[in-house]
Amino acid sequence: MNLTRPLEAMGRVVMHGLEQAGEILLLLLQTMLWLMRPPWRMRLVFKQMEFVGVKSLNVTILTGAFTGGVFALQTYHGFSLFGAESLVGSTVALALARELGPVLTALMVTGRAGSAMAAEVGTMRVTEQIDALYVMAVNPVQYLVLPRVLASVMMLPLLTIVADFVGIMGGYVVGVHLLGINAGIFVAKIIEYVDPEDIMQGLFKAAIFGLILSLVGCFKGFYTYGGAEGVGRATTEAVVLASVTILAADYVLTALMF
Amino acid sequence: MVKSDAIIELREVHKSFGAQKVLDGLSLSVPRGRITVIIGRSGGGKSVILKHMIGLIKPDRGQVLVDGQDIMPLDDRDLNELRKRFGMLFQDAALFDSMTVFENVAFPLREHTRYNETKIREVVEEKLGLVGLTGHGEKMPSQLSGGMRKRAGLARAIALEPEIILFDEPTTGLDPLMTDAINRLIKNTQDRLGITAVVISHDIQGAYQVAHQIAMLHKGRIIAAGSPEAIRESDDAVVQQFIHGRAEGPIEVL
Repeated sequence: MNLTRPLEAMGRVVMHGLEQAGEILLLLLQTMLWLMRPPWRMRLVFKQMEFVGVKSLNVTILTGAFTGGVFALQTYHGFSLFGAESLVGSTVALALARELGPVLTALMVTGRAGSAMAAEVGTMRVTEQIDALYVMAVNPVQYLVLPRVLASVMMLPLLTIVADFVGIMGGYVVGVHLLGINAGIFVAKIIEYVDPEDIMQGLFKAAIFGLILSLVGCFKGFYTYGGAEGVGRATTEAVVLASVTILAADYVLTALMF
Repeated sequence: MVKSDAIIELREVHKSFGAQKVLDGLSLSVPRGRITVIIGRSGGGKSVILKHMIGLIKPDRGQVLVDGQDIMPLDDRDLNELRKRFGMLFQDAALFDSMTVFENVAFPLREHTRYNETKIREVVEEKLGLVGLTGHGEKMPSQLSGGMRKRAGLARAIALEPEIILFDEPTTGLDPLMTDAINRLIKNTQDRLGITAVVISHDIQGAYQVAHQIAMLHKGRIIAAGSPEAIRESDDAVVQQFIHGRAEGPIEVL
């Protein structure tokens, strides 16, 4: 009796996880179906693009700059042990383009916009605004979810380009001006070792991360229950679930693309 | 003559949420072009009845008929067509809080008509005037009082001039003057447009004032339905206890 209890608990967790994954995939399917069907609400998409993209610019720039800077510091420390300081630039650039740019941008946007999506949609749920949409014969997946998902999938790669660029600038400032690496070598090694392919891979990942963070945010909001407390819970769960899923997806995508 | 007597009919509807049985074989018919008021205790499932009528909730068992047609098997598209014939005033109005009052009332018009901007403005101003909110169109819902929110919600519900309007506790939480104003508004709207109205309420005086038919919900069933006079003179002990607001009686209050 006591022996089976931990197993039961584990089973429940697994079942809950699977159930949730299934529900999120269903929401994705509905979203894709609505993508094929008019009316397309470009105004709402633009509004979300502004919210997800333009308003995340500051945080993306700050994240990129400091990440590039600290990465230059750390690699310099390691590489100077065997005289490979000239490779600091290309290492920073590669890491940013392939990994840090898309992942850190996605995590920051999850915290900023994914959470806001869960809170906004969740509030609409608990105040019956979603029911009101149904009653007025407007599908909430088409009206609320699709614009957010579309905007996120489009904006995340753009933000990632910014993060990559600013990150390399940060690495340049630290590497060349603080640590005294030769500027010409710093840039030449980046050009030599970073392929457009590396950057494209990162941008592809960013688009997938955008899909994940918006879909999870909307999903958690859509199934919110229990008033203000429920909205708080949905927001937290959205950030946690989206962040973990982004990191897991990052591994899978990277492994597949190598 | 009217097409048929009942525009909405619920037949033996059962609905549970988890272990809690909310509707237990409820049957009710809503006459066309009349005001039906459903009374009963708070938390007794009155809103659930309304949500069944418009397909927001599906019954576990039983039928919901609109114009004699079972709405259960309808797909999304047909259900949307059906819903365009309804307007609904939610308990807390459910105004979209990202839009102004004007945009809220304009929303169903923008979605389901081809009106140009001038026509939309005209219709919205007219509806806002009907509910006494002229000049409040540019406010956000959060800037309105409870009574104003309900009136704005009503303006949105009647924007498309639907055949059927569902009111979920339109007067709960309002002061007596506003309660009377809203009751008159429901009555006038019905008189003027000849619509069918279903009103959820536990305000018994308001029910006498507006209803053509009163139905009493108790323990998941309609235990009495009839004209206000018939309800007032009902010899059912449960009905008598409710309409006189007594804590003692067959209904266990605490």
